[in-house]
Amino acid sequence: MDLSSTTDPTDRPAPTTAGDGESGSGATERQSVGEPLQFVTFTVAEEAYAVDIMQVREIKAWSEVTRLPNQPEHMRGVLNLRGVIVPIFDLRCRFGSGLTDATATHVVVIVAVADRVVGILVDAVSDILTVSAEQIRPVPEMETRGDKDFLKGLATSDDRMVAILRLDALFDLNELAADGTPESAGTAAEQ
Amino acid sequence: MDDLSRFRDTYLAECEELLRDLETHLSALHDGTADSECLNSIFRAVHSIKAGAGMFKFTELVDFSHEFEALLDNMRDGRVEVTAERVDLLFKASDVLADLVGAAAEGSEPPAAAANMLAKDLAAITSTAKTAPEANTPDQATRGDAGTSAEQSRQPGETVCYRIDFYPAAELFRHANEPLLLIRELKTLGEVEVEVDLSRLPDLQQIEPENAYLGWTITLRSDCGQDAVREVFEFVEDDCRLDIHIDANDAGSPAPSEETDASPGRRNGAEGSDRKQADRAAEEGQAAKGGPGARISSIRVDLDRVDRLVNMVGELVITQSMLSQQADDLPSDRLIQFTRGLEELATHTRELQESVMAIRMQPVKSVFARMPRLVREVTDKLGKRARLVTIGEETEVDKTVIEEISDPITHMIRNSLDHGLEPPEEREAAGKPADGTITLSAEHRGGRIVINIRDDGRGIDHSAVLARARERGLVAPGAELAPDEIEDLLFEPGFSTAATVTDISGRGVGLDVVRRNIQGLGGRVSVSSSPGSGTCFTMTLPLTLAVMDGMIVVAGGEKFVIPTTNIIESMRPGRDQVNRLPSGDELVEVRGDYLPLLYIARAFSIDGAVDDPSHGLVVLAETERKGRVGLVVDELLGQQQVVIKSLEDNYDPVPGISAATILGNGLVAPILDIEGLQSMSQISTSPPPGLAAAIPGGVRRTDAIASIEQPERNQWT
Repeated sequence: MDLSSTTDPTDRPAPTTAGDGESGSGATERQSVGEPLQFVTFTVAEEAYAVDIMQVREIKAWSEVTRLPNQPEHMRGVLNLRGVIVPIFDLRCRFGSGLTDATATHVVVIVAVADRVVGILVDAVSDILTVSAEQIRPVPEMETRGDKDFLKGLATSDDRMVAILRLDALFDLNELAADGTPESAGTAAEQ
Repeated sequence: MDDLSRFRDTYLAECEELLRDLETHLSALHDGTADSECLNSIFRAVHSIKAGAGMFKFTELVDFSHEFEALLDNMRDGRVEVTAERVDLLFKASDVLADLVGAAAEGSEPPAAAANMLAKDLAAITSTAKTAPEANTPDQATRGDAGTSAEQSRQPGETVCYRIDFYPAAELFRHANEPLLLIRELKTLGEVEVEVDLSRLPDLQQIEPENAYLGWTITLRSDCGQDAVREVFEFVEDDCRLDIHIDANDAGSPAPSEETDASPGRRNGAEGSDRKQADRAAEEGQAAKGGPGARISSIRVDLDRVDRLVNMVGELVITQSMLSQQADDLPSDRLIQFTRGLEELATHTRELQESVMAIRMQPVKSVFARMPRLVREVTDKLGKRARLVTIGEETEVDKTVIEEISDPITHMIRNSLDHGLEPPEEREAAGKPADGTITLSAEHRGGRIVINIRDDGRGIDHSAVLARARERGLVAPGAELAPDEIEDLLFEPGFSTAATVTDISGRGVGLDVVRRNIQGLGGRVSVSSSPGSGTCFTMTLPLTLAVMDGMIVVAGGEKFVIPTTNIIESMRPGRDQVNRLPSGDELVEVRGDYLPLLYIARAFSIDGAVDDPSHGLVVLAETERKGRVGLVVDELLGQQQVVIKSLEDNYDPVPGISAATILGNGLVAPILDIEGLQSMSQISTSPPPGLAAAIPGGVRRTDAIASIEQPERNQWT
């Protein structure tokens, strides 16, 4: 297994969070220059997104979930995945476009993020995208800072732009949340 | 995770077992119930730990176990006498060994100072070993004693000729050793001549490829000591016939007087090691373990694999209940056959489930075995004397419970030693034996495990307890309490009867914490005592923490599980039973008591729930710290056993929810944390901090990221 992660070009587009946030997605570190990268692409609100294929555990149709008390708005609830309880997040809602009107044709992509397993609700899974690392374009600097943090880069598939997601940043499923007690978060916001 | 670290984990797991064996056998030695096998078993345990430690380069562990082993070897050969004092030293050595193994497991700094000191003590005793062969077991001859005596008269640095007869057994190869490497290593010590003995080699047709037929006679001329030669064979010693002696006939041999000494020794040695090898083979057969070919009666399985199995069986139960629901739609002519099949499936599933749960059951021995050391250490520190008697170590409970009972038992034993047992003089004055007795017992009773910790100490001083409780304001000045009520005061927060706070027990973490933790596991703990003759702590726990009894309730269309251990009763209050305080809080009147009402739906901001308790139901629940509360729900769906699933594996902790379970329809239902709910409802009366605490939403988290990311951003701009 090649561990030459220091030269991984996929990290270059978003240097601000490189290092820290990468702990869970070991899959991207594994790939060296020139080796083709594979992503699972899907659509949310007409837009195309992708996640590293090594992070995808399973793809299943939407089914009823159990709401947890006081869950964040973009969380749909939890699901029983063969005896393991898995939280399901609504990607559309996370992107600020409101809750998905989930039906049986909607799809849940089960992904591994850091040491957790979560599901993301998307409209439809499209394809598997194979690109070389050089073909991934960096995310340009933009007015609003939000997007850049959870995007790893941009790729092109069938003349369409595909945004490659940085899942751990998207759902903040690592230790950051555990440390962010309400008090400390409050003071941080005031500063 | 490479192979080596996997082997390392296996080795460390084995060490745990070996240390437990060591403890058991040392205790037998201590109590005088030891048989001749006992010392051998102790030696073997230490030897195995040392062998593995060498492989993983745990230097301190190797060095220490080497000294330990050397002494044990001399003891089992009868060259060093086994006295009570020395057994105590062995106990200490086994404690240090356990610490060293622990340090190796955690990768922390090994307690080198303690190890070195003790190693010196061990070596000091080893050096008293008798070398004279008189009045000893034939075993004594096995360790090349004649050779040793010959060697002793030898001048250091003098070149000696060793003759080494080396006949590997098949096990040697199975344990992945290679004679050639050993011979090569001998070559580094000096000049080597090797002669192979082919006499045992059968005809080609009869050769079993995995058997060992060859033997070697090696002549080594070297100025090294015999120990160095023996060390080459250290790891194969048990798997071969090995005889190392000094060939006195060789040129440059010592004085002729030794010759007479050496030759009988040589013969003895050869016989001895043969016999020993046979013994060993027999032992290994008895233990039903060892290399391949031996009968294997147990295997080591990763808990994750068992959990996966448990999960799958759970899913099977759900699938099966789904099938039976759908069967109702079948045409009646095919229904009968189908139902019969389903019933059979149900039986098999149930049995499967029971078998899987049984795999997770373990004897409490693993926890009990840690306690003798605790008793030793604590009594040493307190200057008291006590022995520990354990009963029912084979009692089985679920793995999850095993992990949880260690702390409470430790705490209660400490408590008994510290507060219960009197110092030796006081005991003798009271006509009791100077050595106190702590009895630790376990048994199954009514689907639960009952653990007793009994001491024969002074018992609980009721008047002292009562006086202290009054002083602390736990009891009203004039109130009279029954004896059991007084004893129960020990579990009150912040209570400690000891006049001085020692570092053994009573450092703030009192019995109240023990009780709370045990109740958290769905268990109970109580104490009873009779003045002058002792105290007994009784702890009962469910056999498993993977499953519990729960009441399924509905609030605002959503299902929740309330642990049955929390529930006192359920009721539908009349309108006049519900009262309102000026603050808006509601109270329900139950037989003269007023209990606060807690609306589950409101606590979790669920819409569409019953707003009037007299139209819904009130479940009266009780928790240790927050007392009783009336939980308002819409309806009760019934009681059932539920499998406890962690929410936190894949999600953050949710206030008011302790875990989750999977219902018969495959959907998840949260299990309520009543105490957590009670705290939540208290916070909600003071909105600003309460709001922040109650909503672990995205806003707060985004802020947390922003603040943490900020410094990093600066680095890049």
